[in-house]
Amino acid sequence: MTNVKLMQGNEACTLGALTAGMDFYAGYPITPSTEVAEMCAVELPKTGGRFIQMEDEIGSIAAIIGAALTGRKAMTATSGPGFSLMQENIGYAALTEVPIVIINVQRVGPSTGMPTSPAQSDVMQARWGTHGDHPVVVLAPGNVKECFDLTIKAFNISEEYRVPVIVLTDEVIGHMREKVVLPDPASVKIVNRSKPETRTGYKPYEADPDGGVPLMASFGEGYRYHVTGLFHDETGFPSNKGENAAASIKRLMRKVEKAEPDIRDYFTENTDDCDVLVVAFGSSAMSSLSAVRQARAKGVKAGLFRPKTIWPFPETVLDELSKRVKRIIVAEMNMGQLVLEIQRIVACRAPVESLTKVNGELFRPEEVLEAIMGGKR
Amino acid sequence: MSESMKYFREQRLPHIWCPGCGHGTVTGALVRAIARLNLDRSNVVVVSGIGCSSRAPGYLDFDTLHTTHGRALAFATGVKHSRPNLKVIVMTGDGDCTAIGGNHFIHAARRNIDITTIVMNNNIYGMTSGQFSPMTPKGMIGTTAPYGNSERSFDLANLAIAAGATYVARATAYHATLLEDLIEKALLNKGFSVVEAVTQCPTYLGRRNKLGTAVDMLNWFKESAVNIKAAKAMAPEKLEGKFMIGELYNKPDSEFTADYDQLVAQLQRKFDNFQGGVRECAQNSD
Amino acid sequence: MRTEFRLSGSGGQGLLLAGIVLAEGAILDNKNAVQTQSYGPEARGGASKAEVVISEDDIDYPKATDPDYLLALTTEAYTSYGKLMGKGLIIVDASVEPDPQIKARTVRIPILDTAATVIGKKVVANIVALGVLAGISGVVSQSKLETAVKNRVPQGTEDLNLSALRKGFELAAAAKATA
Repeated sequence: MTNVKLMQGNEACTLGALTAGMDFYAGYPITPSTEVAEMCAVELPKTGGRFIQMEDEIGSIAAIIGAALTGRKAMTATSGPGFSLMQENIGYAALTEVPIVIINVQRVGPSTGMPTSPAQSDVMQARWGTHGDHPVVVLAPGNVKECFDLTIKAFNISEEYRVPVIVLTDEVIGHMREKVVLPDPASVKIVNRSKPETRTGYKPYEADPDGGVPLMASFGEGYRYHVTGLFHDETGFPSNKGENAAASIKRLMRKVEKAEPDIRDYFTENTDDCDVLVVAFGSSAMSSLSAVRQARAKGVKAGLFRPKTIWPFPETVLDELSKRVKRIIVAEMNMGQLVLEIQRIVACRAPVESLTKVNGELFRPEEVLEAIMGGKR
Repeated sequence: MSESMKYFREQRLPHIWCPGCGHGTVTGALVRAIARLNLDRSNVVVVSGIGCSSRAPGYLDFDTLHTTHGRALAFATGVKHSRPNLKVIVMTGDGDCTAIGGNHFIHAARRNIDITTIVMNNNIYGMTSGQFSPMTPKGMIGTTAPYGNSERSFDLANLAIAAGATYVARATAYHATLLEDLIEKALLNKGFSVVEAVTQCPTYLGRRNKLGTAVDMLNWFKESAVNIKAAKAMAPEKLEGKFMIGELYNKPDSEFTADYDQLVAQLQRKFDNFQGGVRECAQNSD
Repeated sequence: MRTEFRLSGSGGQGLLLAGIVLAEGAILDNKNAVQTQSYGPEARGGASKAEVVISEDDIDYPKATDPDYLLALTTEAYTSYGKLMGKGLIIVDASVEPDPQIKARTVRIPILDTAATVIGKKVVANIVALGVLAGISGVVSQSKLETAVKNRVPQGTEDLNLSALRKGFELAAAAKATA
């Protein structure tokens, strides 16, 4: 009974991070993510971890990259406006292959928007927010327990593949409290980055060109290596050679592409025999699940596909499902972002309808139900 | 010289700086100061942003971090706060430090975090071929100030002092031995230290403003710089058009990461029965 | 069975805490519970609401759709949320005048007055209200709620809040007896 808790989503993300070994947090307060910073400020110093409130979000992500290079497991948390400010350095982390975790508790934008209301409109920003082709992993918890689980997973992925990982939640999931049964910490799988065994001949970016992950030494261990946001060769020093840049970009992209089957995560209900498939993630999926169940009660064969990894998207799974269904409805709290990826994957095998909501309120189940029953937009 | 050469990545030389550039002189002064203190190469991290100055760490045999424009101090803050035992040095330029990185600069100073910041001030954006910076004197020509810079410039040293830096000094590429002495003292200060190293950019600042060759520019530094100790005895009219060099401020104060360590120690005493694992989380506010 | 609660009043009355305690009590009772709230400037004053959904089964949708119970401690909360009530019961503070436009079943209970005069602390009105809500609904046991209160209220105020909770249960019992 002691590991059953009533817990907030933001609290569960933080606890997940601490369980994963997070020992450095830098952040700038922003609604609706602030509870993460507050809890890190309380908890980290108790175990020798480091907390710092930076002067802005650009500084926050810079600080966690610096921390991660010294061997720390580092994290920041933010919401839309702050996430926008972090974009340049997300690209830096992607190119320099520094493992970091960013929690983005989405709110209504653009601009200051509606700070205390939920949205899911950072789907594309999370994938393509920084300039240049780059790999990134985005996880989307669908309830409070998953905030805990997927934040641990985010650290594990970032450590294993040396890639920035974004945990994309929203105001509803971040703030709602729910019953959570916590696992025994000893039973949780924790991944740590692979480190070189010897300084002799260490090349910080030496890796299999086909998506290999280089070994990561920590600053202060005597390796004395160079890290730069310029394209660099395997020695870590800048290289202006076009063929080197192309090979680097391809390796970085391939790294995540190759990892997709291992990191893939999703939830389905009633998809085995469904005619109408609802695709939704995060809090929209809560309304959608309720709607799917109500539709079943009315005799309509509806099912839910809820991706937990949204970038890279569990493409092969949806591809298979799409061959068996008559209609697909994508419900999301934005003007239609994830639907673009769904349309790409489904490639006209089934009609894909976009159900959107941008008024800062969660879908009501009957709104999704109406779409299932009548096909109304 | 041989003592300091061990701190260079000789295979990375020659450097990319233009003939006559002062950045090599500043980098040399830093390395000689480090050699004097006999710092362990494996215990030093040098962080830079973007620009001519920020290429310096690539030539130095430490853990080196070449970051994004303006953000060196924020990255360095993460490094230092993570591992306070590491000596953290930031090499930055006037544009990197005082324009795009201005916010990080004042906040690093406010925290008095133990980072030694060397600002290579050549009064211009050199890497992008000569746009005016916040340190370009009023009236001077830049590619984006074709009729003369109409903006006022920062007094970097006073900015640093006002923001809370505990060691602030200035020298020039002409005053290389003074620069070395000041950097050495800056490295010894346990807190946020700023050394403004005025350097010449003959290629972009010098040429457009008809300041002559690199040697002419160095001579201009020699004539315009007055040591703060000497200045005290000089009449105000003699100081017109001059700038101060030397140790401008030295007032140690409690340092950010040390204070945090103390907090950790205090809390760990309070929670010393903690056996590891996931701690009970504090009740969150709403 | 899914039971939905909406707790409304003005910001600062502590209804969010009451909602949290209710949800925690339900969890201690081995049920599922989800608690949500309206965030924003209203939490600093003005209308405020917290919602709790309790069920033996899996809870998919976390918000109240057609509340079984509406608690309203102010006129503003009563009129704005009362009108939305369908099948459920409204529990309103006795100080609030009935509104003929609101058709849902309503009980009027002196929650604020009990906190101020019987307990002697206006600030525990939220916990009195919680006792009323739990007593009338019967969804969460008193003993588990007492544990939840002890877990969640500020240190040193446990006894005060427990007596407020018990007083709430008494008010609920009296209301049920006269109903």
